[in-house]
Amino acid sequence: MSIEVRNISKTFGAFKALDDVTLSLPKGELIALLGPSGCGKTTLLRIIAGLEHADSGSITLSGRDATSKTVRERHVGFVFQHYALFRHMSVFENVAFGLRVKPRAQRPNENVIREKVMRLLDLVQLAWVADRFPSQLSGGQRQRIALARALAVEPEVLLLDEPFGALDAKVRKELRRWLRRLHDELHISSVFVTHDQEEALEVADRVVLMNKGHVEQIGSPWEIYNQPATSFAYSFIGNVNAFRGRVEGGNLRVGNDLLAHGSQELADGTSVIGYARPHDTHILPEFAGQDGIVARVNRILTNGAVSRVELIATGECRKDAPEYFEVEISPAEIASLGLEAGKRVRLASHKLALFNDTTQGRIQ
Amino acid sequence: MMSHVRATRVLPGFGLSLGFTLAYLSLIVLIPLSAVFFKTAGMSFDQFIDAIGSERVVASYKLSFGASLLAASINAVFGLILAWGLVRYTFPGKKIVDALIDLPFALPTAVAGISLTALYAKNGWLGQYLDPLGIKIAFGPPGVLVALIFIGLPFIVRTVQPILEDLDAEFEEAAASLGANRWQTVTRIVLPTLLPALMTGFALAFARAVGEYGSVIFIAGNIPLVSEITPLMIITKLEQYDYQGATAIASVMLVVSFTLLLIINLLQAYTAKRQGRTL
Repeated sequence: MSIEVRNISKTFGAFKALDDVTLSLPKGELIALLGPSGCGKTTLLRIIAGLEHADSGSITLSGRDATSKTVRERHVGFVFQHYALFRHMSVFENVAFGLRVKPRAQRPNENVIREKVMRLLDLVQLAWVADRFPSQLSGGQRQRIALARALAVEPEVLLLDEPFGALDAKVRKELRRWLRRLHDELHISSVFVTHDQEEALEVADRVVLMNKGHVEQIGSPWEIYNQPATSFAYSFIGNVNAFRGRVEGGNLRVGNDLLAHGSQELADGTSVIGYARPHDTHILPEFAGQDGIVARVNRILTNGAVSRVELIATGECRKDAPEYFEVEISPAEIASLGLEAGKRVRLASHKLALFNDTTQGRIQ
Repeated sequence: MMSHVRATRVLPGFGLSLGFTLAYLSLIVLIPLSAVFFKTAGMSFDQFIDAIGSERVVASYKLSFGASLLAASINAVFGLILAWGLVRYTFPGKKIVDALIDLPFALPTAVAGISLTALYAKNGWLGQYLDPLGIKIAFGPPGVLVALIFIGLPFIVRTVQPILEDLDAEFEEAAASLGANRWQTVTRIVLPTLLPALMTGFALAFARAVGEYGSVIFIAGNIPLVSEITPLMIITKLEQYDYQGATAIASVMLVVSFTLLLIINLLQAYTAKRQGRTL
């Protein structure tokens, strides 16, 4: 089922949760709504489900207007962050619930219900816990049961609100893979909310990046990671070093230091933010030349094939809240530069992504 | 040689606290109650049967336990509705209504009895309209029921309220998203979750009603075989200096009340266990 979200706005008191959001989500894809907490992603998901009503705008599901329909009438499956399994029912009864509450005329008979529930429990690989109660299951198992329960009513779209948010790191990773596999088997249109970029980029076909009630960027995980459209997208996805300053000819003035921006046609005095990924940032000796931001090595982390060097900006204006940089280089380079904690160096990058600091638009 | 490892507990003081609990319970509850049985034990079997089995006393058992069960049931229904209203909705004066709930706890029961009698008597504010319709509340079994409902209400509201407050809207949302209508959501999801708390409240309201004396005495009319409650029978025996007769009836009340409360508690433990909660 395709989902069309048009001009949706929602405020809670003085807080604007969603500000004129328009989205078109094609059928059969697994879509991630990604953003920091408070960006409106859960509110948007709940509005799509019909658990919340928008102040203005419309929702179209499979080409039919669903704006004024209740959650019962929308045929969506909803999976909650904290599972919301019915505690007084066995796992079997939880999954069967959606079938048992159907109007008498549509309600399948007991044999059909039993067969269907057991098939769903097989699908989530938990047929052996059918007679247990939710309190006897682990978090990961509960979430899989919650998913089976949502699938029992054959929803046209599956909505998951931070489905792995309450689980520990290892189980998260397992369930993530498992959700992807499940989606590849069932091809049911799915939207899940997450604040974990790794989760979104790893699992989803398409990522909707949100910030402060509006959509920043929509694209494939590759596009989101490699072609961030906005300043926010660049800073939110992946690790990044930010250099904020003014244009001075071919350089960016950051505090007392200069950083070559490598771009033409930039008006002097423009406020810009330059972003560089840790692997696109280099370390130069302090007295190698004029180019680069002076920083002090704080820690060197050498676990893994690539070493990470954490540095602190030395600019005077930032003493109260130190600004950190991160650089990924090979252990050989660390040795040849003679890096150690406390050493002062310069940071430069040949791949600086520039954004206008006032309009947030991409310059280069 | 086998080494003997003494079991150690993380929380110290088990012996002390168990000892204190038992000693305190004995002092406050068990010793006074056992006196009832000791006193009764002085009677012959025939005297005992006479005392507890006389027509008036049997009629009073029926009224006391019957009216208490009925009052607790009525309170379970309406107390639940009250708790629901107080938890789920905001309205002006909600805090005041919330405070009013506790009033039957605090009011001297005689005051409650007198004001209820004044209300429901033939010439009372409510009685004057009910009497022409042939409905007599005061000075009869219905009066007993009204008084017992009055004193039992807070028990239900106060036990159900916190559970209802903790009941996440998520469960109801989940049920709705699975296609359940409002009625199905309430009967299949909300009520079963509230059931253990409701049973606790029911047990408390029932226990209080069985032992209630002050408020009932004024409104009951105390007509032999019709509207005499068991506690009144005990008082009557005491006034006739028949202490053994009084304790005999008291021991019957104790045994029946204890049995009923035990059944309710066991039922409650069973439902709680089914919901995977520890008591």
